[in-house]
Amino acid sequence: MLNRFATLFAAALLCAATLIFTAGSAAAIDVRAAVLRVDYQVQRPISRFDEAPEDLGFAGAALADQDNNSTGSFMGHTYETVKKSAAPDTADAALDEILAEGIRLIVVHAREEDVLRLADRAAEDGALVFNAHAGDMPMRNEECRANLLHTATSYAQQADAIAQFAIWKKWPRWVLISGSNPADIALADAYRRAATKFGAEIVEERVFEDTGGARRTDSGHAQVQRQLPTFMQGLPEHDVVITADETDYFAAYLTYHMWDPRPVMGSSGLRPVQMHGGHESYGATQLQTRFEELAGRYIKDADYNVWIALRAVGEAVTRAQTAEPDGVKEYLLSDQFELAGFKGQEVTFRDWNGQMRQQVMLYDGRITVSVSPQEGFLHQNAVQDTLGLDRPESACTAFSN
Amino acid sequence: MKLKALLLTSALALAAGPALAGKAFVTNERGNTITVIDTETWEVTDEFFAGNRPRGITASPDGTKIYVCASDDNLVRVFDSATYEELPSLPSGPDPELFIIEPSGKRLYIANEDDNLVTVTDTESRTVLAEVPVGVEPEGMGMSPDAKWVVNTSETTNMAHFISTEDYTIKHNILVDQRPRYAQYTADGTRLFVTSEIGGTVSVMDIAEDGTPTLIEKISFEVPNIQPEWLQPVGAKVTSDGKRLFVALGPSNRVAVVDAQSLEVLDYILVGQRVWQLDFTPDEKYLLTTNGNSNDITVIDVAKEEAVRSIQVGEQPWGVVTIE
Repeated sequence: MLNRFATLFAAALLCAATLIFTAGSAAAIDVRAAVLRVDYQVQRPISRFDEAPEDLGFAGAALADQDNNSTGSFMGHTYETVKKSAAPDTADAALDEILAEGIRLIVVHAREEDVLRLADRAAEDGALVFNAHAGDMPMRNEECRANLLHTATSYAQQADAIAQFAIWKKWPRWVLISGSNPADIALADAYRRAATKFGAEIVEERVFEDTGGARRTDSGHAQVQRQLPTFMQGLPEHDVVITADETDYFAAYLTYHMWDPRPVMGSSGLRPVQMHGGHESYGATQLQTRFEELAGRYIKDADYNVWIALRAVGEAVTRAQTAEPDGVKEYLLSDQFELAGFKGQEVTFRDWNGQMRQQVMLYDGRITVSVSPQEGFLHQNAVQDTLGLDRPESACTAFSN
Repeated sequence: MKLKALLLTSALALAAGPALAGKAFVTNERGNTITVIDTETWEVTDEFFAGNRPRGITASPDGTKIYVCASDDNLVRVFDSATYEELPSLPSGPDPELFIIEPSGKRLYIANEDDNLVTVTDTESRTVLAEVPVGVEPEGMGMSPDAKWVVNTSETTNMAHFISTEDYTIKHNILVDQRPRYAQYTADGTRLFVTSEIGGTVSVMDIAEDGTPTLIEKISFEVPNIQPEWLQPVGAKVTSDGKRLFVALGPSNRVAVVDAQSLEVLDYILVGQRVWQLDFTPDEKYLLTTNGNSNDITVIDVAKEEAVRSIQVGEQPWGVVTIE
């Protein structure tokens, strides 16, 4: 498989090398961007299918450069993206290096507190930042920043996507099982809010404490097989179990280890994702094959989020003929901007908090089970605004909209 | 079993005398077959293996051969339009999706969706004459009536590339809306329509005598009670008198009827689900639509501008071509 990818990649390079274009074009623009990924000391994921590849996110940048350069070759534009990874305590220095190179378009893959700090530092130099990872709500709401756009979906978009599907299925009675770490609690909040928003009822909540337990040890599955059913005993009547486990320490085990057999959605079972390697609808097969030729692996959310951020930049450069951060931001937030994201409908940005409007894939680990927003959930402006924080609820003032 | 029964029926029909009626050939993307429909009786007469992931389909100008983009086989398969016997394949480059044949029947211009190329193939010598680098995900292929220009649309680059058929180089690039899918000239060559699936528009270009395009307008669509996001223009055909443009609107399950001169949208015809590509019968009395999700085709009466019947075909119909 890897050999095949290598061969195809070589062929693609050869092909790129022989490109000769004769068409006239507008002013030449050389676009330089950067991806800064902060790598944290975390325990390994429950499943080794979820191990983070070394080029996580970077491969999405490489594909975006390839796509943008193809369009750019007809326009006289070139694109180059610098890729840096850093530890939390070296991230600021890495950002300084990026800024020192004169780069003012930066995609950051980090946790909320780091994204906000880095975005503030970037703002001093007039740089525009894209958040390609964190789903937290404060950074999109009261803590929003004028120079920070989000291609990663928010926890609210993810939770609303699940909620709409559950309501469409007529599964309104939820049990919410959340983890005990801050990120799990934040995600659980989004599910509570989603339940209220779409008329579901959380009949009971339980917290599965993170005690640093039996994950990945040889007896891990045996332990949870005994622990989880009893943990799930004695719940009131419910239609579905919602898991909020951003840390990834228990939800994956839960699916087949309950007391009452019910569908599981959220952090396990049916999961809200931006993109996955099995998705083929809406022309996504071509995205997958291009990505796999380049990276030799399947696409992950981080790759998609980085890719679409840089594709949005490319679209702004192509249409608005500018790579200046202010010009790019203005175009991306305008009515003129739209971008095909292989999700069936165009993606755009919310002009009240910089969040990308997008469909959310509901993924069972193999296929796209459904795509939210669901049929019947209507909105006066854009159906995708039925997911996440809508304009009237927004406490973000940095965008003056 | 079904296939056998169908073949038997066709053998009987052939034995009864040469069929004079026209035929429609429909590629079934997931079924890997071609469904043959008699365009007099609207009966399905045959279904045969078409290669893996058959999508674009066209016929030689004399109607004797059917060409099919077998996307997953990375070649163009060729079939005898009377016997359905498979003839030697044509090289296409990787992942052929759509193509266009020049009026002489000699050269086939093929969009290679995975490889950012348009491949030019000689149908007689079965060799590749040229590979033209284009934008990302080339798809739509149109040809000017004088055969001097081939227009390719690239779905991710969002451009219409105007390729000269003399030297196989791009002379013009026009930016259009997101995910351009199809390019269609009027019969007099003075106008070109390019559909944009995600942009939801049809870009209209005036074409000068020397072939230079000028973008003049974008047609958009609106249907009460249908989310605008679902109005996704894909296939398009214009009547040879240049009066009517029909546009397949994908998941909205409608075909738009457009006054091709004033560019006003006149009507929307309800068809099957996820309407994709279109073709007229040679006499232009009927327009056939492939409906990928309902696995059928809809027959539209062109003069009345209404759907008259639907016909079940194979799994996920994609393209359609008719012959006399």
